[in-house]
Amino acid sequence: MKTILIKGGRLIDPATSVDAEKDILLRDGKVAAVEAPGKIKPGKDEEVEMIDAKGLVLAPGLVDIHVHLREPGQGYKETIATGTAAAAAGGFTSVCAMPNTIPVNDSPETTRWMQSPERGASVRVFPIAAATRGSSGEALTEYGSLKAAGAVAVTDDGKPILNDGVMRQALATAARAGLPVIQHAEDTRLTAGCSMNAGPMAFRLGLRGMPTEAESGLVDRDIRLVAELKDARPHLHVAHVSTGAALESVRRARRNGLRVTCEVAPHHFLLTEEAVGLYNTNAKMNPPLRSTADRDAMLAGIVDGTVDAIATDHAPHAIHEKEQEFERAPNGITGLETALGLSLFWLHKEHKLPLARVISLLSTQPAAVLSLRGRGSLAVGSFADVVIFDPKKEWTFKANESRSKSKNTPFDGYTMLGKVHMTISEGRIVFRAN
Amino acid sequence: MSIAKKVSGSLPPSPSLNGPSNRVPGSVLSVNDLTIEEISSILKMASLLEGEDPLVRARRLAKRRVALLFYESSTRTRTSFELAAKSLGADTALISSQSSSIEKGESLKDTGITLKALGAECIIMRHLSSGAPYLLEQSTGLPILNGGDGMHEHPSQALLDLRTMLTRLFGEAKAVNEKTLSGFTVAIVGDIFHSRVARSNALLLPRLGAKVVLCGPAPLLPEMAAEIGPGVEIDRDFESVLARSQVVMMLRIQAERLAGMHLDLEEYKTRYQLSAERLAAHAPKALMLHPGPIIRGLELTAEVADGPQSAIAEQVRHGVAIRMALVLRALEAGKRVPGKVAAKALKGKRA
Repeated sequence: MKTILIKGGRLIDPATSVDAEKDILLRDGKVAAVEAPGKIKPGKDEEVEMIDAKGLVLAPGLVDIHVHLREPGQGYKETIATGTAAAAAGGFTSVCAMPNTIPVNDSPETTRWMQSPERGASVRVFPIAAATRGSSGEALTEYGSLKAAGAVAVTDDGKPILNDGVMRQALATAARAGLPVIQHAEDTRLTAGCSMNAGPMAFRLGLRGMPTEAESGLVDRDIRLVAELKDARPHLHVAHVSTGAALESVRRARRNGLRVTCEVAPHHFLLTEEAVGLYNTNAKMNPPLRSTADRDAMLAGIVDGTVDAIATDHAPHAIHEKEQEFERAPNGITGLETALGLSLFWLHKEHKLPLARVISLLSTQPAAVLSLRGRGSLAVGSFADVVIFDPKKEWTFKANESRSKSKNTPFDGYTMLGKVHMTISEGRIVFRAN
Repeated sequence: MSIAKKVSGSLPPSPSLNGPSNRVPGSVLSVNDLTIEEISSILKMASLLEGEDPLVRARRLAKRRVALLFYESSTRTRTSFELAAKSLGADTALISSQSSSIEKGESLKDTGITLKALGAECIIMRHLSSGAPYLLEQSTGLPILNGGDGMHEHPSQALLDLRTMLTRLFGEAKAVNEKTLSGFTVAIVGDIFHSRVARSNALLLPRLGAKVVLCGPAPLLPEMAAEIGPGVEIDRDFESVLARSQVVMMLRIQAERLAGMHLDLEEYKTRYQLSAERLAAHAPKALMLHPGPIIRGLELTAEVADGPQSAIAEQVRHGVAIRMALVLRALEAGKRVPGKVAAKALKGKRA
């Protein structure tokens, strides 16, 4: 592995509170030095690749704690290789893969299989394992051995754990194993047959709507369980929050000293149910796009710090699956290549969130939520995970140029801010813009 | 909360649900695809075709091809569209989900492409899923006539309801404008939530000046229904609604779409059934419509269905006239396209 010296860039590292012109030396997959411009002198005989980052931002490689890479089992939608190639193009160096694969990742074998070099991953994949066997919501999986195999959390994502007893047991067992429980908060008893947000728009379109209470009700139930188990210090992480009510519950839980974290997806802080338009299946996901008030609540939660992380919920689907009747089309959109551009455009440019905060929400904070040590940081000794981007460059995203195997995105043709020039994962250049 | 600005120019607006959008010429997927002028000319054409010598009429679309694609059962809509197309001279082919490759798992897109390859110039579709006609239109580029999609819309029904009302109220189905129905109140009563007929009528009638009052119990009529458009309100007191309405449209409870919803039918009948006594006491002059199928003894009694205020059979008759006009409009809009294709094919053969 060649040593890399990146010079002349503006280094923004929320983990060490640095925002200054710095040179950075990457050696043996780790950050070897961070110094004032011109101060780093690599060894005499060392082969060094020099990268000029003048006018560009250097930041910790982005961390996405919620992606669906579809392997094993659904390679026609995405593979670990194509999904992580898309991640690299989007500036991500760590992705956490959800267990709703075929078969469900509920075993140490599958967890290891996903991390094996044969998968051809461009960036680091951290599996999140199923919380219950087959994600059927009944018997717990082996949290200890899953963690030993590399799992960083447990969840039945795509499905909620509805049963109070099972969820309580999951929280308690995961706390002992030192793992967070991630909940897809949806009371499915209230959402059967539903395909978008409940409200006037769903009524007009003749579609059954998911009420916001289906999300907030389950978040409230989970928080109650966390409070009851307080002495065990369970960590509940609420996936893809989409309603103001659920976010308010998280805010209150935290104020009460409970260990509750949450993530928001770019589409939920950016779009509203209006994007469904005339049955656009690329605006169909679960949780669905919500009202303007809920969308604004996501922004407010990001600004006031209630939101711990931006996570994409990257959910690739083949064209033929999305080219179906709206109610039949599967839920989900891709997100790895648009997250940075949309976040910078919407949060930084339009809503004046400081650049360092946007970067933190996309790297340092998500790494902290799932305790990914050495990620989301450019401190010396951290993994040499770096994204280099032009913070001023506006560009247009074209879905057909995506590295993902699937093109199901509502953001085709959208203006993005911040063009990724290079992504470095553990010292290897995994993406370089033309 | 003032944090979020309005979505700026960089976010393209979603396709508008209000007003004619970029439909394939001749397509009618929603009543909002039609301007008031277009509705007038459809009404005019319906009258002209209805009065035309059947032999002359049959030359209008002689040997043109119309496909009827029915994913859901239907008596009135299917038969009247079929009769309408045939009386204009068109060849029709009926494809229903039970006796076609749809049963084998063929997608809507592929079914549409197949029908187009077989020469269909227009597809009339009924589907269980709201919005399905948009997908069919996009997949085929053909004019689509929406014969009812899920709980979304049933535009030809709203047009035939309009023709029925105009004929009864004014003696003829004349041209319409923004004020034609000013001063009229139309009540739509019953299972609004599951009704595509209610949605199409609630969108269409206020554009012509009518006030639409929706009436029914909360599970079948959520409050947000009033937000469907201007000129629509909710009043759950059936008798007071009857008293102020000139037209009463009764709807069937769609048991097949209730999806676990619990409804006390006896209580429903007590509060919302249109009986002869109720009609005589509160709306002795009102016109009574029902899109069918009717369930005698549930939303209305046999006396009302067969009584002088009922226009149920007339609605069906108006349906054929309106659908002739829609089929003709669809095929005339696309007339040049097959000509071009034929010319190209001929050229190819000569070369």
